[in-house]
Amino acid sequence: MAIEVRSVGKSFGHTPVLRDVSVDIASGSLTALLGPSGGGKSTLLRVIAGLERPDTGTVLINGADATAMSPQKRNVGFVFQHYAAFKHLTVFRNVAFGLEVRKRPKAEVRRRVTELLELVHLEQMATRYPAQLSGGQRQRMALARALAVEPTVLLLDEPFGALDAQVRKELRAWLRRLHDEVHVTTVFVTHDQEEAMDVADEIVVLADGRVQQIGDPGKIYDNPANPFVMGFLGPVTRLNGELIRPHDITLALERRPGTVPATVSRIVSLGFEIRIEAKTGDADVWAQLTGPQARSLSVRPGDTVYVGRTAAATSLPG
Amino acid sequence: MARHALRGAALVYLLFLLVLPLGLVLWRTFGRGLGPVIDALTTPNAVHASAVTLSVAVWAVLANTLFGVGTAILLVRHRWPGKRVLGALIDLPLAVSPVVVGLALILVYGTYAPVGGWLDSHGLQVVFSLPGMVLATIFVSLPLVVRSIVPVLEELGTEQEVAAYTLGSGPWQTFWRITLPGIRGALGYGVVLCLARALGEYGAVAVVSGRLVGQTQTATLFVEERYQNFDTTGAFAVATVLALIAIVILLVTKLFQPKEPT
Repeated sequence: MAIEVRSVGKSFGHTPVLRDVSVDIASGSLTALLGPSGGGKSTLLRVIAGLERPDTGTVLINGADATAMSPQKRNVGFVFQHYAAFKHLTVFRNVAFGLEVRKRPKAEVRRRVTELLELVHLEQMATRYPAQLSGGQRQRMALARALAVEPTVLLLDEPFGALDAQVRKELRAWLRRLHDEVHVTTVFVTHDQEEAMDVADEIVVLADGRVQQIGDPGKIYDNPANPFVMGFLGPVTRLNGELIRPHDITLALERRPGTVPATVSRIVSLGFEIRIEAKTGDADVWAQLTGPQARSLSVRPGDTVYVGRTAAATSLPG
Repeated sequence: MARHALRGAALVYLLFLLVLPLGLVLWRTFGRGLGPVIDALTTPNAVHASAVTLSVAVWAVLANTLFGVGTAILLVRHRWPGKRVLGALIDLPLAVSPVVVGLALILVYGTYAPVGGWLDSHGLQVVFSLPGMVLATIFVSLPLVVRSIVPVLEELGTEQEVAAYTLGSGPWQTFWRITLPGIRGALGYGVVLCLARALGEYGAVAVVSGRLVGQTQTATLFVEERYQNFDTTGAFAVATVLALIAIVILLVTKLFQPKEPT
């Protein structure tokens, strides 16, 4: 295990932010800490980096107790949401910073920085200053800077949070490829479930200062541990008192065993996805259909449909 | 119309307050050509006074730079009880009259005062000598460096410093490599202001120096003493030099003034 977090608790004043959090992060993995804001995910990341000291519990990095170790001794790479670029230094000197403070020979620094700038596709920008870069370029520079010291673990705090949607998607795919090339144990914080599922091998869902569930994206989506995780990972609707994914809802014009009658109240077309909202008695339910599915059903508001569920549907009592 | 009147009033105001007196000083100085001015500036007492002013200013600027940077970091980056009190005390020298500062220093460091007596018995005379004058000058220019740096340090934030720590940089390395370059402009501005104040200080230094001609006389004290003795050429020559230095310093501060981010 590259990182072992054991029963960590942390409060700011009287507000608990982490309560008895235990997480194992395997060497070479790419893990997402996913959760709503205020859920404790950034605090957990900062505890791993040594930027916050936990009130209780321990943090082990590569098997050694790092709980009381200062951040500069932990050899972790940290990438900040707002880049934390050194404004008075060129891109080259930014990336070289960790090596320069370690007093590495000049030739080695030059070789390593050049290598890293190529890795993050900034070799043309070496002599520029951070103010002359775009947001995405700055974030890639910050990443190269963190990787320069060959960290045991790479920690990224909402790395794409300050970027616009398009750049965000590009960097996401790029981070995934980078991790496949470099293989450094990576943990990133995000509140975007799509981002977590797209990039990570392993997802830790944190809310209310507690670990809600740990697992690979497929497992967490298909077997959510509780209603919160189910709702956070994707849309949910309610049928017969159970939580169910809207794409697991079936609609038919004829009654079949296990279905309930409902009146269509609204049909929303979102391009590929068609959303059909209906009322069963006094409860609302909605189904997510593809265009062809919706056309073959061909219902209009006011029609009666029979609502059921697919055989493989995931559901939770709620 | 009202705008023209206002502009005119401002110009007349500045004319009588600033331009006319300064112009007259220059006119009176160079009224009889360059020769008498050079003679006045090269008398042993004038040279000595300039040297005293210079060494007082250098020591005071040095002390206030170190103290200013340290205090600003303490005020912005750390939380501790008494921080607000210190923040308020820093501005005290701006409120207290320099003459009061001088008298207070004599009360503490005079030869017949406890602290001054003890220092005197160990061979360090503070009042009526250079250490006292440096002390007085440090006091009156105390807030200038601190107050220049504090807002810049606040705006800089801690993110870059924290990033440096995670990259393996210790506190000293982080200070030299990240914090200091970040406040460089503001520090330069504060140092230059402090230098200007130190060169021009009169009141506090007049009290603690004892105005010993050729010994503890600074340039400003020299101007006053020459004027009282009807040596207007000597007085105006040194006064002009002080005014010119002030103007140069003012221009230099423009270089350090924070630029608009591009």
